[in-house]
This record gives sequence, structure tokens and C-alpha cells, in this order.
Amino acid sequence: MANFIDRRLNSKNKSTVNRQRFIRRYKSQIKKSVADAVNKRGVTDVTSGESITITKKDLSEPVFHQGNGGIKDRVHPGNDQFSAGDRIARPPQQQGQGGGPGDASNSGDGSDDFVFSISKDEYLNLLFEDLELPNLEKNQLDKLIDYKTVRAGYCADGVPSNIDIVKSLQGSIARRIAMTADKRRQLKELEAELTQLEQDPHDNVQAKITLNKAIKDIKEKINKVPFIDSFDLRYRNYAKQPVPTSKAVMFCLMDVSGSMDQATKDIAKRFYILLYLFLSRTYKTIDVVYIRHHTQAKEVDEHEFFYSQETGGTIASSALELMINIIADRYNENEWNIYGAQASDGDNWADDSPHCQNLMRNKILPKTRYFSYIEITQRAHQSLWQQYAQLADGDSSFSIEHIKSVEDIYPVFRSLFKKKIEQAA
Amino acid sequence: MTKRKPLDDNSDWTFEKLEQYQNEIARVAEHYRLDTYINQIEVITAEQMMDAYASVGMPIGYNHWTFGKKFIQTEQTYKRGQMGLAYEIVINSDPCISYLMEENSMAMQALVMAHACYGHNSFFKGNYLFKSWTDASSIIDYLLFAKKYIADCEHKHGIDEVEACLDACHALMNHGVDRYKRPQKISMEEELKRQKERESYLQSQVNMLWRTIPDNDKSHDKAKVSFPSEPQENILYFIEKNAPLLKPWQRELVRIVRKVSQYFYPQKQTQVMNEGWACFWHYTILNHLYDEGLVTEKFMLEFLHNHTNVVAQPEYNSPYYSGINPYALGFNMFIDIRRICEHPTEEDKAWFPEIAGSNWLDTVHFAMENFKDESFISQFLSPKLMRDFKLFHLHDDNSNNYIEVGAIHNESGYKKIRMQLSEQYNLSNLEANIQITNADVTGDRSLTLRYIPHQQVNLANSKDEVLKHLYYLWQFDVKLIQEDSHGVDEVIAQCPKAKIQVEKKATA
Repeated sequence: MANFIDRRLNSKNKSTVNRQRFIRRYKSQIKKSVADAVNKRGVTDVTSGESITITKKDLSEPVFHQGNGGIKDRVHPGNDQFSAGDRIARPPQQQGQGGGPGDASNSGDGSDDFVFSISKDEYLNLLFEDLELPNLEKNQLDKLIDYKTVRAGYCADGVPSNIDIVKSLQGSIARRIAMTADKRRQLKELEAELTQLEQDPHDNVQAKITLNKAIKDIKEKINKVPFIDSFDLRYRNYAKQPVPTSKAVMFCLMDVSGSMDQATKDIAKRFYILLYLFLSRTYKTIDVVYIRHHTQAKEVDEHEFFYSQETGGTIASSALELMINIIADRYNENEWNIYGAQASDGDNWADDSPHCQNLMRNKILPKTRYFSYIEITQRAHQSLWQQYAQLADGDSSFSIEHIKSVEDIYPVFRSLFKKKIEQAA
Repeated sequence: MTKRKPLDDNSDWTFEKLEQYQNEIARVAEHYRLDTYINQIEVITAEQMMDAYASVGMPIGYNHWTFGKKFIQTEQTYKRGQMGLAYEIVINSDPCISYLMEENSMAMQALVMAHACYGHNSFFKGNYLFKSWTDASSIIDYLLFAKKYIADCEHKHGIDEVEACLDACHALMNHGVDRYKRPQKISMEEELKRQKERESYLQSQVNMLWRTIPDNDKSHDKAKVSFPSEPQENILYFIEKNAPLLKPWQRELVRIVRKVSQYFYPQKQTQVMNEGWACFWHYTILNHLYDEGLVTEKFMLEFLHNHTNVVAQPEYNSPYYSGINPYALGFNMFIDIRRICEHPTEEDKAWFPEIAGSNWLDTVHFAMENFKDESFISQFLSPKLMRDFKLFHLHDDNSNNYIEVGAIHNESGYKKIRMQLSEQYNLSNLEANIQITNADVTGDRSLTLRYIPHQQVNLANSKDEVLKHLYYLWQFDVKLIQEDSHGVDEVIAQCPKAKIQVEKKATA
């Protein structure tokens, strides 16, 4: 007796709940692992999931079981050399063949880590939990800047290339039927009359002539109805539908003057990676523009941005000016969502800082969705910070944060992009 | 035997072909008197198989993070190709549910049906342990009840609370088994009835534990009587009935874990026999079909290839060696029993006078029905098989700096090897022997457990962690004692740690 049941189409993710429980329980460890992983990635590499490592100790499910030592009796197969009473030197480690195999599972709670992958989505969700894109809401209401052309039925006017032949001919047939219906009825009646007359024994010549003429007239009239008329023509209609743009550009500005060392740059890099990951959750295409500056600014590629050496003084406004130029050249603010992130150790030519504030206030902030300035330094703030601080007070799309060491990045990032519920309300 | 037209041996399976093969296998199984529950054969995908794995063979599992961890582990190793999935999973239930994997070829499906639907199934129905300890007809019901109950608890008391309680129960799961008395059958109906009884359990606990407050003569006598009156090895049961502060729903969780543990207990004790029996029958049934001409050589070659992989026993010095393969040992023992019955040698007649030359079918059925691994081996392991496996016994005494070969597969060693191998499957020796010896009901309510080492093996370090879980359930001091070499009891673990305890007392 047997019943066959095909379960293949049943939901397969019976374990999803359990998996989520697992991730929930080890969230803190997983998050740490995720945060570590950020460091190993290129700024734009966000397509993959992440493998997560948790030390086995944290995961253990302890039970009472027998430990090592004592007397162990084991039977093994495949004797090829031993006789009763033989003495074998104890293998130095538990992994040895003699006494080892039987209790290997018990003593195996070594330092192996539990490694597993989480999907890209899980990765990003964990990374950006509780964070919200700045000004996202306003953005979507404000800036419906892209249009998509979609079909929207038919209309009577249009350019010849849009004529819909089938629809037009359907109209023509309908019109012809409608315009000739009355006449065809008359024609039928007259023809019936004529047949009657012909069957009549009397010779109604005059009547026949009249009738024939009438029939001929009507037929002509029917023929005169045009096969197609401009009235019949139908054009495909198109409408423009607004779609929120899925394009964003992210400006990474960094001070590479002599005072910025590699460690500081690494911190900045992580910040940019996070920003990129964050933006990539909302936008389909993201351009990244790297601008480095000392006394002069220059647009560079990613590698050069992070790793090439420069020395010299610092004039931050040069980078801002370059950014303004690039926006004007390539990134129309009506088509692109513009984000900016500036990293610096705070050094700047003192006279330059008010100029920076001006540029920021008048040229950059009106065009960008959000601009963040992070200062990576152990020292006290200098003029640039103070100038920016005045600016940040009044503008929610501009914020400044201070990072002292690597550990600060994530919290700072979080505080930069914290859900702004209270503010919205 | 009359040759018949062979069944379609194309390797792609269809439901019609499954049906045909199933019918033939069922016919042969009946010929060999295999008595089974009705089969419910479910075809599933690899992913669903991993789900089934993760819930450790429970068709309906409650939600817990450990199952998620298991799933992730399985998925991980499977994806990397480190491990193939089992071809089937079979559930001890009535009807007996077997899962077939979609990926299997027709020959594999036939093997699996013979193995699971007739081998394991008849074992579940026939073996005395399963008969007396589990109730196949009600397990699905019960698991459904458990799942729903736990889900409700999560609603009411929050996931964290329930998880902590289940964690604690899981840590003591191996000590939630009645080994010597048969449990009541568990079913949905009874569970519902029990909802009411639970209240009175609780009441009786409260009564018993607080009885000392009104001070009367009886209580003085009582104080000298230790509680429990006899050491208790079923820790979870003791907790469920006696833990002073557990809430009713927590008691129910303890009970659920205990019941599940009890349900799996026979499976732990009959691994060799169960797998051996199933392998023996898929081998015998498919060969029978081949003799009848129902299956082709092509089919048989594929089947034998898989069969030999399953029952392979790597030798002790092979890199693939990881202990004795229960499939290999079990299969060969049943084959050997048949050989002893059909073609006994002089040696067999001396060792197995009762079965040598008897009806082999009666004998294997008798063996399957009335033994567990431990007794099965000590009863039926023949000298010939010990020679075939080249078994040898290692005696590893920690106090020596060498390991001694205790016995090998020769005349003087057979009995010892058989005895030692049998011991190796004795769960009582394998699992830590821990018993509750005293609950101080009249005093500070501390709970004392005693570890009795087997062959001087100490408890592993995890004991401290487990004790924390026990403390979570008992909620008063818990300590674990062991007799040291001078015969003096020594505390080997306690929770909360001694220091904290001292401080507490000081402040109190």
C-alpha cells in the first residue's frame, strides 16, 4: 500500500522562519562581521552577498557529555598489523588514529568558525537598518524629473507616421456602412418595385424608365461615398509619464594634502563605501566622481583617489569649485540626484574657509540632495569646521560629523542618515 | 522462477513508473512477510530535503534558531559539494512518511522505496522498542500540537522568553528520557485533557514545596526524608513536575521537548539494526526482482553501485574512516544471519546452535523484532564477520602513556571484541550518567545532581554551560557533585558560581 504525493510545488522555505530566528539571535555578531566586510570591498562592489563568520563558541548548544581522559575501549575495523597485547605509543594529538577516531566528535569543539553567507539583501538590510535616505520623501514628491513615453489609446490628430492603419480602416468601413444604409434600403425597395413591374402583364414603359433612372442615381450616390476619408484616420496616441529618476551621482571630495595619512584615507574610504551602498539601495545607476585636492583640485579614478601620494597645502574651495563645474558640465540637477561627501582632516587655509561656506551655501547646496562633511582628526576643530557648522545649523540637507578613529565611522554614518522622523513631523 | 517482461529502466522517473515499481516491491515485501504501516511517499526537491534535515526528522517542527543554524550548515556543505544529501528521509509515523528526492534516478527511487518504505517502515512497526515507546499514529498530531502551542507562547510571552526556555530544555534533552518505564501514548486528545491536569500539577508543586510553612510535627519528620526519595535520571521530567517557579506554559514546553526526545530515543538505540535491516531488504528485494526478470542489468548496476557506497566500511587507517559505519555493520550482520541459517559452518553451529540451519526468514524477523543495537550485536555478531571486518579492540587508559590492543579477531579475542563492540552501542555508557539526588525543599531549595563517571571519564567542560540552563529552569542554586578518588563528594560545577553565592548569603 502506498500513496504518492507530489510535494515539489509546496512552499520550499519551511526553514525560513528558523533562519530568521538564527539571524535574529546572532544579529550583533553578524552585524560586526558585516561592518568588517565593508572594509574589504571596493566602493562600487555591492552586487554580492557576504559571508559571515561567527565563532563556534558563541553558537554552541551545550549538553552534558563525557570528556577526555579516563578509560576508553574502542573497536575498530581493518586490523592489518596488531596482535593482542601490543602497545602503541599514544599519538601526540587527539587526531591520531589509535584512540582518536571514536571520540573525535566530542573533542572537536575547537576554534573552527561557523561561516555562512547572507544574501545581498540581507547584507544591506543589516548594514542600513534604521537608516533612511536623507530627504528621500521630499525628493520623490519634488523632483519627478524623468519622463517615459507610454501608449495612451488613439486620437484623431497626429503625424502621418503615427497612423494606425487597422484602426483607420475599421473607421472607414463603419463610416461607409453608416452613410449608405439609408440609400441601400431605398435601392432595395426600388429594385423590388422594378421586379414587380416586369412581372406585370401590362407594358409600363414609362414607369420602368423612371424606376431605372432612380436606381441608377442611387447607385451612383452610393459609389460616391469615399472609400477613406480624413475623418476615418486614427493616430496612435502617446503620453509622457513622469517617473522618478533613478540616476544619482555621488561626489567624493577628499583632502590629500600632506597632512592626510593613509590611515585617515582608509577611514574616509569606508565612509564612501557606506554612502555608495546606501545610495545603491535607492538608485539604479550611480555615478561616482572622485575629486581630490590640495591647493588644486583634480578629478581622478578610484585607485588614484585613495592611494596616490601628494603633498602640499590645502585649499578646500578648489574642490568645491571643481564640483560646481562638473555639475554644470555633466550632471544637470534636473536629471540627477546629486550627493556629496567631503572628507578632510580639517586643515584648510584660514582665508579660504569663508569662501567655502559661500560656495556651499550658494552654489552647491541648492543643487544637491544632501551633502555631508566628515572631519577625521584627533585634534581640535579649525576654521573650516566652524564655517560649516554655521551652515549645518540651518540646513537639513547639510550635515557635518566628526570621526576620531575607525570605530566611529559606523555610528557617525548612522547618525548622519538616521531616520529623520521627528524632523519631518 | 518465471521470467517476466522487465519494467522500464529508463533513468527518468515518472509517477506511473514509481507506482509500477512500488507495486512490485510491495508484492515482494509481502512475500517476505514485511509488515508495514501504510506508506505515504512524498516527492520533494533538494531544498525541501534540506528543510527536512534541518528539523532533525520531525515532519512538523516548532520554530527555533537551532534548526535555522542546522539548515544553514546543511545548505553550506551541500552547496560546496562537501556532502550529498541523503536519498531519503523516513518518519516513524502511521502512515509512514518517506521523502524521495526529485533528483534521484528511477533506480535510486526504487532503491529508496525498498529501503525506506519497506525496510525502515517494517522496522518501525515491528521492533519492540518502537512498539512500546513510540506511538506512530499520534506523533504527527502531537507535533502539530507542539508547534501551535509554542507559536502561541511566542505570541503571548515573546520570542525571547520562549527561546530561552527551549534553549534550556534542549541542553537537557538527552536527560529527558524514561529508560525503564513505558511512557503513555501521546496524542492530541490527551494533550488537550492535560491542559486541565497541568493546573493541578502546579498546585501540587506549590503545596508540596510550601508545606513547611505551617510548622507542625509532621514537617520535622519530613525534613529528614530526602527529596526525591530515589535519584532521578529524567531531569526534564523532574523539572516539569517539581521546579518551584516555572510558569505553566514553561512546564508545557519542558514537556514537549521531553516528549520529542522520548520519541527519538528508540532511533538512537537501534541505528545499526535499523539501517542494517533497511539495507538488507532493499538488497534482497531488488535482487528478487532481478531474479524474476523484472529489472534489467542496467538497473542493477546502478543500484549496486549505490548500494556498495552505502555499506562501505573504510579501515581504521583510511582517511575516510570515521568510526564503524552502521549501515555496513548492520547490513553485513543480517546477511550473515541469513548465511548462518542457510549454510552454517561447523563454527557457526558451535556459536549459534539455536539458529544454525533454521529458517532464515523467521530468524531475521525474530532478530529485528526483539533486539536493540547493543543486544543485537552481543547476540548475533559471528566470528566470521569479525574476521571479515578485521575488528580489533583498543584499550586506552589515560593513566598509561600507551594504548593497548585488547583483543583482535582471533579465537581468544572473539568474545571480548563482541562484548566491547556491544558496549560501544550501549547508550547508558555513552551518555553522561547524571541523576538528581536531592532537592532541598525545606531549606534553600537548592538542587543537587550527581555525576557517576563511566570508566573514570570526566564530564566535558560544557557542564558549566548546561548547569546555567538548568539554573534557568530551577531558579535556585544548582550544583553538580562527583565522588573523587578518595570517595569524598566534590562539587564539580555549580550555578550561580560559588563566589556569588557567598556574597548573596552575606548580604542576606
